[in-house]
Amino acid sequence: MLKDLLTPQNANVFIGKLGDVLEKAIDKPLGYAINWGRIWSLWPVHIETACCSVEFGAASSPRYDVERFGIIEAFGSLRQCDLIVVQGTITRKMAPRLRLVYDQMPEPKYVIAMGACAITGGLYFDSYNVLPGIDGILPVDVYVPGCPPRPETLIQGCMLLQEKIKRMKARKFV
Amino acid sequence: MIKELPPGLALQKVDERIMTLNVGPQHPGSGHMRIIVQIDGDFIVACDPDPGYVHRGEEKMAEYRNYITNIPHLERPVIHDSCNVLYPYVLGVEELLGIEVPERAKYIRVIASELNRCVYTMYWLAIYGIFLGHSTMFMWPAGDRELLIDLLEKMTGARVTHSHFVPGGVRNDLPPNFEDVCLRQVNYFEKRIKEYAAIFYDNPILIARTANTGVLSREDAIRLGTTGSVLRASGVDYDLRKKEPYDVYEELDFQTNVLKEGDSYARSKIPWLDMMESCRIIRHALQKMPKSGSVRVKLKPNPKGGDDSVYKRVESGRGSLGCYIVSDKKPEPYRVKLSVGSFRNLIALPYLLKGEKLGNMPSVYWSLNYWPVEADR
Amino acid sequence: MSLDSDNELVETISDEQSSITTNPTPVKEIELPKFEKGLADKIVEKFGSRTKVAFVKSNRVRINVSRDDVKEVAEFLRDVLNFDHAESVSGVDYPQDKEIEVVYHLGSYTDSSLSSQILVLATRAQREENPIPGNDSTKLPSLREIFYSVEFHEREVFEMFGVYFQGHPDNRRLLLPEDWADLPPLRKDFAIKGR
Repeated sequence: MLKDLLTPQNANVFIGKLGDVLEKAIDKPLGYAINWGRIWSLWPVHIETACCSVEFGAASSPRYDVERFGIIEAFGSLRQCDLIVVQGTITRKMAPRLRLVYDQMPEPKYVIAMGACAITGGLYFDSYNVLPGIDGILPVDVYVPGCPPRPETLIQGCMLLQEKIKRMKARKFV
Repeated sequence: MIKELPPGLALQKVDERIMTLNVGPQHPGSGHMRIIVQIDGDFIVACDPDPGYVHRGEEKMAEYRNYITNIPHLERPVIHDSCNVLYPYVLGVEELLGIEVPERAKYIRVIASELNRCVYTMYWLAIYGIFLGHSTMFMWPAGDRELLIDLLEKMTGARVTHSHFVPGGVRNDLPPNFEDVCLRQVNYFEKRIKEYAAIFYDNPILIARTANTGVLSREDAIRLGTTGSVLRASGVDYDLRKKEPYDVYEELDFQTNVLKEGDSYARSKIPWLDMMESCRIIRHALQKMPKSGSVRVKLKPNPKGGDDSVYKRVESGRGSLGCYIVSDKKPEPYRVKLSVGSFRNLIALPYLLKGEKLGNMPSVYWSLNYWPVEADR
Repeated sequence: MSLDSDNELVETISDEQSSITTNPTPVKEIELPKFEKGLADKIVEKFGSRTKVAFVKSNRVRINVSRDDVKEVAEFLRDVLNFDHAESVSGVDYPQDKEIEVVYHLGSYTDSSLSSQILVLATRAQREENPIPGNDSTKLPSLREIFYSVEFHEREVFEMFGVYFQGHPDNRRLLLPEDWADLPPLRKDFAIKGR
C-alpha cells in the first residue's frame, strides 16, 4: 500500500508531508523548551540613555537582585544580548544610536521601555530635543511606568516580559 | 551608504598609525556619552569628549514654567543627588523673593543634602568599582546606599526624586521618631564605609591601577577651573561649605579633605573621606536642630521676582553647583542657567588622557566624578 | 516628634500666612558691603566710564562692559585682582534690545580673601533676526586665552545662542545633535512645541 503511494515522482512531496506531520507533533514541546531557555537568561544591553539608569543599577544591587529572576547584569557585547531596556529619555542625538544598537542585536530581541520619558516623553513632553516616546523607533514589548520606576516595578516589568515570551511563538518558520 | 548617515556616525578614514576609537554611548566604560580617542598602539594621542546624548533642554523649559513648577524638573539632571541639585535654585528664588527661612527648615535641609551626598557618592563608588572590574565594590556600596535611601524615603516620601526643598523651607516636617532612626542608621553606615578601606582603598591592585595615572597638578587644576573632589585631590582647599557657607553650615563642625597627589587614586579617595565628614555633619546637625517649630514659610500663589539676577552656588557631590536666575517681574524666570560641576570637570578629560594608556581610560574618566546627565542638562 | 506637633505645624503655617507673606522689595537702604565696594572701585578707577558697575551685593559684584573692552577688563581682573577661573558662562537673549548678553561668572581659588566672591562680567553682542551662526555680526572676542576654563562654556553659548567667539580654537557644536538645522534653541524667538 505504502509502496504504491511512494513513487519516484512524488517521493519528495511525501517526505515533506511526513516532516510536517512530525514537526507538528513535536513543535509544541520543542517551542516550550526553547522559550523556557530564553526566559531565564535574558541579557540586557549595556546602554544607558538617561537618569533611569540609576534605578536600573539599583535593581541589580543586593537588596533587589534582579538576577534571581534570570535578568543578568548588563555586561558584555551587544551581539550576545537579547533584551534592551531603554532607560529613560531618548534625545534626538541618541535616537539614531539606539536604533543602531537595536539593529545589531541578534534575533530574538525584546524591548522594555522604562520610565515615563521612554513611554511618552514624560516630564520633557515639550522639550525641543526629546522624542515623545520610543514607539516611533523601536517595537516595545513592555512599558514600565514611573519617574523613575522603583526597582520593584522594573522587576515586575521583567516578569511580565517573561510571561509574554512564554506565550510567544518560539520559531518563526513553522 | 556613508553619505546617508548623520555626520557623527559616518566612518572615518583610518590613518596608517593613528587609530580613532569611538568609546560609547553603548560601552560599559562610557556612560551616556561618547569619547572619541585617537590611539597610537596602546597610548592615547588625543581625546575629544562628545557629550550631549542626554541634552533635554532643561534651561529652555524653565523659561516656560513658574518658580514653583520648575522644582521637579530642575532636579532631574541628577536624580540620585536631587536635594543638592535643587539647592542653589531654591536659595536663588528665596533671595529674589526676599524670603527668610525658618531655623528648623535650614537644619532639615542640611541633613537631607548630606544624606543625599552620601547616596550619590555611594552610587558613584559602585560604578567606579565596576569600571575597574571590582564586582564586590559594586555590591557593597549599592547595598549600603539603600539604608540612606530608606531614610530619605521616610523623610520626603520618594525614593530618589524628592522635590523636598521649596522656596521658603522644606515641604514637610520630619516624621515622628526620625532623629533616633537617622542617628542609628548613620552610625551603622559610617562603621560600614570604614570597612571599604580593607577591600578597596588599601587594595594593592587598585593602588597599582590608579596611582600615578591621570595626574592633574595644582596649577592646572586651577587653570582648568575644575571643582569639587577633583580640585581638592590636587591640593586646593576649596569647599563652598567652608568658603561661602549657606544655610547653617557655619555653625556645624566639620573639616575639608585635601590630598596633594592629584592622581586617580586621590580623586577616588576624596569622596569617600567626604562621606565620613557628612556623617559627622548629620550627627552634629541632629544635635543642634531646634526640636520643634515651623518648617515652611507660606508663599503667595505664583510668586514674582523683581527686575534682578542672582547667582547662588552650593557644594554638591560633584563640586560647586551654581544657578544663575534672571527674573523680569513675571511668574516665570527669564533665564535659568545651571553651572554644574560635571560640565566644569569635563574640560580636564582631554588634558588628563593625553599620553595615558587606553586601559586607564575608564578609571581616569570616572574619577573625575562625572555624571553625564548633569553635564548635558 | 509626636503626632500632636504635626497639628501644631499646620497651625503655625496658617498663622504665618497672614503675617509673613512675600514682600517683594524690602524698602530699606542697605549700605554696600565694604570689600565688594573696594573691588568695584578698583575697576572703576582703572577703566573709568568704560565700565559700568551694575550692582554691588554681598559677595557679588557685577560690571557691564562693551564688547571692545571685555578682553582688556578680563586681563586686568586676572592679573591685578587675582580672579583665576570662570565658573560659568551664560547667555541671555534680549530681543527687544536686539542684543545678546554673555555673562561670565569669575571666581578665585588662589586668593583666599576672594574665595567667597563672584565677579560677574557682562558684555553684549549684536543680535540678528535671522541668525547664521558663525557667519553673521553676532560675534564677541573669546576669553579663552585669559581664562582657559571658559573653553567648553563658550562652545555651549555658541550653539545655544549663535554667538561666535573670535579667537576660540574650537568653535564646534557640543551638546546639540549634529544635524541641528533650526534656530539656536535658547533664543527667545525659538518656541518649544505646544507653547
